Amino acid sequence: MAAVSTRDIIKKFGEVPAVNGISLDVPNGEFMVLLGPSGCGKTTFLRIICGLERQTSGDLLIGGDVVNDIPPRARGVAMMFQSYGLYPHFTVRHNIAFPLKTQRVPSAEISKKVDWASQLLGISHLLDRRPRQLSGGERQRVALARALVRQPTVLLLDEPLSNLDAKLRASARLEIKQFQQRVGVTTIYVTHDQVEAMGMGDRIAVIDGGRVRQVGTPAEIYDDPADRFVATFVGTPPMNIVAKNGGYLGFRPENFLPMDMMDDTNFAEFNFRVDRSEYLGSERIVYGVIEGFDPNQVITAKLPPAHVAEESIRPGEWHPFAVRNSTLRYFDKDGKRSSRH
Amino acid sequence: MVAIAESVPKPHTRFRFILDRRDVLGSLLVAPAILYVLLLVGVPFLMAVYYSVSAYTIYDPSWSFVGLANFEQIIADPVFRQTLYNTFIFTFGSQILGLILGKFGALVLLRPFPGRKLVRALIILPWAVPIALATVAWQWMFDSLYSVINWTLIALGIITRSEAPNWLGNQDLAMLSVIIVNAWRFFPFAIVIFLAGITSIPQDVLDAATVDGAGFWRRNYQIILPMILPITAIGLIFGIVFTFTDLSIVFLMTMGGPVGATSVLGFAGFQTGIVSGDVSHGAAISLFMLPVLLVVVVGMLRFIRRREI
Repeated sequence: MAAVSTRDIIKKFGEVPAVNGISLDVPNGEFMVLLGPSGCGKTTFLRIICGLERQTSGDLLIGGDVVNDIPPRARGVAMMFQSYGLYPHFTVRHNIAFPLKTQRVPSAEISKKVDWASQLLGISHLLDRRPRQLSGGERQRVALARALVRQPTVLLLDEPLSNLDAKLRASARLEIKQFQQRVGVTTIYVTHDQVEAMGMGDRIAVIDGGRVRQVGTPAEIYDDPADRFVATFVGTPPMNIVAKNGGYLGFRPENFLPMDMMDDTNFAEFNFRVDRSEYLGSERIVYGVIEGFDPNQVITAKLPPAHVAEESIRPGEWHPFAVRNSTLRYFDKDGKRSSRH
Repeated sequence: MVAIAESVPKPHTRFRFILDRRDVLGSLLVAPAILYVLLLVGVPFLMAVYYSVSAYTIYDPSWSFVGLANFEQIIADPVFRQTLYNTFIFTFGSQILGLILGKFGALVLLRPFPGRKLVRALIILPWAVPIALATVAWQWMFDSLYSVINWTLIALGIITRSEAPNWLGNQDLAMLSVIIVNAWRFFPFAIVIFLAGITSIPQDVLDAATVDGAGFWRRNYQIILPMILPITAIGLIFGIVFTFTDLSIVFLMTMGGPVGATSVLGFAGFQTGIVSGDVSHGAAISLFMLPVLLVVVVGMLRFIRRREI
C-alpha cells in the first residue's frame, strides 16, 4: 500500500502555478527523492504533503486516508527543514520532546522515547545543550531525532544537507541513507543536488515547472531519460544533445569515445574536433564540436585518463570518435523520448 | 634610472595626518555626545544631589548642609508614600496594558489585509502626536459633561445618564484614565518592538512548531514569546524608565488630583521643587526615582543576559 499518494495536486500562488498537477505514489518504506532545479515546485509540493500549504486542487492520501483538510499535527508526518528549525531557547532534550509534549504523551514515555531517538542518532551526550552550542552536523542529527521521535508514517526532508560543508555532506548522505534503511520509515527527500538524488534514492522523481518529468530508479533516470530535460539535468557533464532529422540525438559523455576503444562494430561514428581538454585526475573531460552538426554546439567526452595521453589528443585536431548504438538515445521534436529517429 | 615610487615627502607637521588616526577621530566624533550628557544630565543630576542634602529654597537660597533630613521628612509624609505607590501603579499598569495592546496589534498587523501599510503608518500616530495635543483630546473624552465615552455607553444602552462615570473626578477612575492615556501613547512603540521581534524569528522554526503539533497558544507562548523576550524586555525597560519619570500626562490631565490620587513622583517633585519653591524637598522626591529604577533596570538586564539565545 502506498504510504503517500497524490492525485493531480495543483497549487497556485495567485495565477502562477507552483505545482501543476503532480500525481505520485510512494510505497511504504521507500526512499523517494524529489529532484529538480530551484523554483521547480518541489519544496511547495513537500509543504503540501506536510500540511503547511493547502493545495488549490487535487487529493492527498497518507496511509490510504484523504488528508486534504487535516492539520499537519494529525497527519502522522514529520518534517526536517533546510535550516533545521530548532527551537533556540530549548535544550536538545526539550527540542526532541516538544512534538510529544504537544500530543500530551505521558512524561515517563516522553523521556523513554527521547532516550531512544537520541541513542539512535548518537546525540545522547548533547541532550542538555542549547542548539547554538552545537556544530552543523550535530544540529542536523537533533533535527532528525526530533522528526523521528513521534515515529511518523512519513518523514519529509527538505534539502537537509545544504547547510553542511562538502566533506560533512558526503558522510551525512551515507548516514541518512543507512539510517533510513534501518528504521524503515517512508521518506520523501527534496534536493536539487543530483549526486544526493542518485546516491540515496530508491526512486527519483524529476520535477520541473511544477510537473513530474520522470519517476524511476536512479539507473532508469540516468540511462533512459524520459525527455531532454531529464537527460540534461541529470549527469555531470550532462548528456550531449544534437539536432538530427527534426528530432534530437543524445549520448552521455562517457559513451562518446575514441574509435580505437570500440571493441565491436555496432557503433555510430563522428568526426570530433577537440577544442579544450581538462585533466581531473580520475577522468579527462574533452570539449569540442562534431562534424556535420551545429558548429556552436559544444560536445563533451569523458575519457578514462589512462587511455588518452596528453599528447595524443591536442586542441585543434580532428579525431575519429564513436558512440555504441545501444547507448544512443533519440528524442522527438518536442523533446520526448522516442524509440528511433 | 627611473624611480617607480617617489619616496613620500615628509609631513610638514606631525599633526598633518592626525585625523587619520582612529583613536583621535573617534574621540572627536563622540565628544559632542559626551559633552551633551555631561552638561544636560550630569550637571543637573549633581545639582539635584546637592540640593537634596541642603535646606535650599528659592526664598532662602543659601547652602546649609542638613544631611538626610529632607529624605526622612518626605518618607514620613503619607502624601509622598501615596505618590510613590501611585507611580508604581501608573507605570506598571500602563506598561502591562500597552504590552497587551502591542502584542495584539502586532499579531493583527502581521496578517495581510487590504490597507495594511496605511494602518501600519497610522498606528504610529499616538507616539508621534505632541503629548499636549493628545492629552487635551483625551481630557475632552473624559470630561464629566461632554465625555464621548459616556455618550457612547449611554447611546448603546449600557449605562443610563445618571450612572455616567466622572472619569477624572473619581480617584480610581482618574488613575485608570491616566493609565489608559499612557498605554495609548506607549502601545505603538510596543507594536514596533513586537513586530521586529516576531519577524526576526526564522520561518523554519514557526513551521517546525506547526508540524510538531503546536496550536496557536502553544506556538505563541512556548515558541514566539520566549524567543522575543530579550527584545521585549529592552522595550519594556525604555517604557518603564520613561513612564516612571513622566509628569506630562498627569500634569496636563489631572494635576495630580483628585486629592492626590494620580500624583506621581515626577509631578510631585515638580510641584514641590519648582512651583512651591521648596527646591531641596523637590530634589529629594525626584532622586527617589534613581534607586528604584536602578534596581528595575539592573534586574531586567541581568534577566536578558541569562535568557540570551
